[in-house]
Amino acid sequence: MSDLTMNSMQRTLTTLGHQEPDRVPLFLLTTLHGAKELGLSIEEYFSKSENVVEGQMRLLKKYRGDCLYPFYYAPIETEAWGGEVIYLPDGPPNTGNPIIQQVAQIDRLEAPRVSESACLARVLETISALKAKVGDSVPIIGVAISPFSLPVMQMGFEDYIQLMYEDRRRFEHLMALNEAFTTEWANAQLAAGATAICYFDPVSSTTNIPRELYLKTGQQVAKRTLSRINGPTATHMASGRGLGILQDIAETGTAVVGVSALEDLAELKQAANGRVSLLGNLNGIEMRHWTGQQAEENVKQAIRKGARGGGFILADNHGEIPWQVPDEVLHAITDAVDCWGRYPLDWVD
Amino acid sequence: MQQRVEEFQQALAYLDRVKANEIFAQSLQQSSPLQVVEQLIVPALINIGRQWQEGSLALSQIYMSGRISEEMVDQALPASDPDRKKQPRSAIVVLDDYHMLGKRIVYSVLRASGYELFDYGRMTPQDLVERVLAEKIRVLMISVLMLPSALRIREVSDALAQAGSDIRIIVGGAPFLFDKNLWQEVGADAMGENASDALKIIQGWMGELS
Repeated sequence: MSDLTMNSMQRTLTTLGHQEPDRVPLFLLTTLHGAKELGLSIEEYFSKSENVVEGQMRLLKKYRGDCLYPFYYAPIETEAWGGEVIYLPDGPPNTGNPIIQQVAQIDRLEAPRVSESACLARVLETISALKAKVGDSVPIIGVAISPFSLPVMQMGFEDYIQLMYEDRRRFEHLMALNEAFTTEWANAQLAAGATAICYFDPVSSTTNIPRELYLKTGQQVAKRTLSRINGPTATHMASGRGLGILQDIAETGTAVVGVSALEDLAELKQAANGRVSLLGNLNGIEMRHWTGQQAEENVKQAIRKGARGGGFILADNHGEIPWQVPDEVLHAITDAVDCWGRYPLDWVD
Repeated sequence: MQQRVEEFQQALAYLDRVKANEIFAQSLQQSSPLQVVEQLIVPALINIGRQWQEGSLALSQIYMSGRISEEMVDQALPASDPDRKKQPRSAIVVLDDYHMLGKRIVYSVLRASGYELFDYGRMTPQDLVERVLAEKIRVLMISVLMLPSALRIREVSDALAQAGSDIRIIVGGAPFLFDKNLWQEVGADAMGENASDALKIIQGWMGELS
């Protein structure tokens, strides 16, 4: 891709301005693959910021993507709240027992200070070190779980649904605590050098709650939180559906929406209508078995449906490429973007 | 009856407990509890499951619908009632994963449909195999959210096959929605795309397994 005229940052900013850059930006959101590169277990890999810095730099060079992704794992946030993290040999770490076992505990819950958390400090060190290496040439994407989605890890999804529907006072109290935490966490990442924050909000997806509930809950939380985050944000549905609320998500002030492989990218593009950019929507689960030809076909289809006029970043649909996706597939995706992603997209009807 | 099912379904999806209870009580005046389950609750829950798959209803609505229905059926048709369906010995489990909601929804939908089943909670493949063999389970439902957990179902299906078990395995959860061949890859006998699929699959197997 050496004959391209833009660096990754220019390419990304151009598309986010709803203009066509030199090529479709590719965000290969690889996290666990860094452990493979360094020959470390996933637990060992995430135990030191230097490992993740080295891993991310190697992955950037190897797969030729357009961003750095210093995301560790989702439960790192509940770890900061005192929760347990369970490491797997071949997948993202899980949250252990919820920190909220009884809803009454919400009344006494206190949010941790980001500055006092050792696990979050590792992420901030990673971002600072990456920023020192790439400056403004490559976007560094920080991650914050939305205050509205964090309770799935804090108390379990089942209890959280009941809280949403049946205990509005405690729900609002938990949101206030989480909003303060998420804002501080996102702003700390931006201060450390992150270019933007990916705001993971799968509970808001219409896969999980109906639109009318989203408008009263997740959307209000997002409006309050995003307005206090000192930088651009991308709202990610983590594979969940978002077509039915795309305009509602745009109203929260986010710049980008991460969209699902379960929905048609052409319909999403039409619904986005230039108000938000789209990030997605390659199927990371199917990707494990793609041949080179299938990778190329999937990339071509996504570009054909979503990339005209900019406002589009090609990525997987979940926000993390599974550990099981082999190198050959990731290389094939990059090659296909290089071949078919160059603007103007003359080959698209 | 069709209109009543639709009204009941609406009441469930929008958490109108009063209306749902009213329709249920009216139906009980005209039919036996088992008939009401089969003619009112099962069709409503199947429709709700289908609408989630199509994207027109959300998971929270399915969960609450299942719980409301389960409460009503537990009152009218207690677990010990001889009218509870004769069925193959069944169990549901979350394999090696910490995401329990999917299992809870399927459990509620099945119980609200008159079935009884063991809830194994969360188990590792090895412990699960030992338990289903010891308890002579005929239908095992495995719920997962994470891809690594889904892939680990293969360990269960292989071990059960080696033990000569004729158990049937139904799998469900997000990874199976994104890769339609994954259920075969892990050695399952069927895959449910939504909570009520498990119900339909078991209904389809009833003749063979009873």
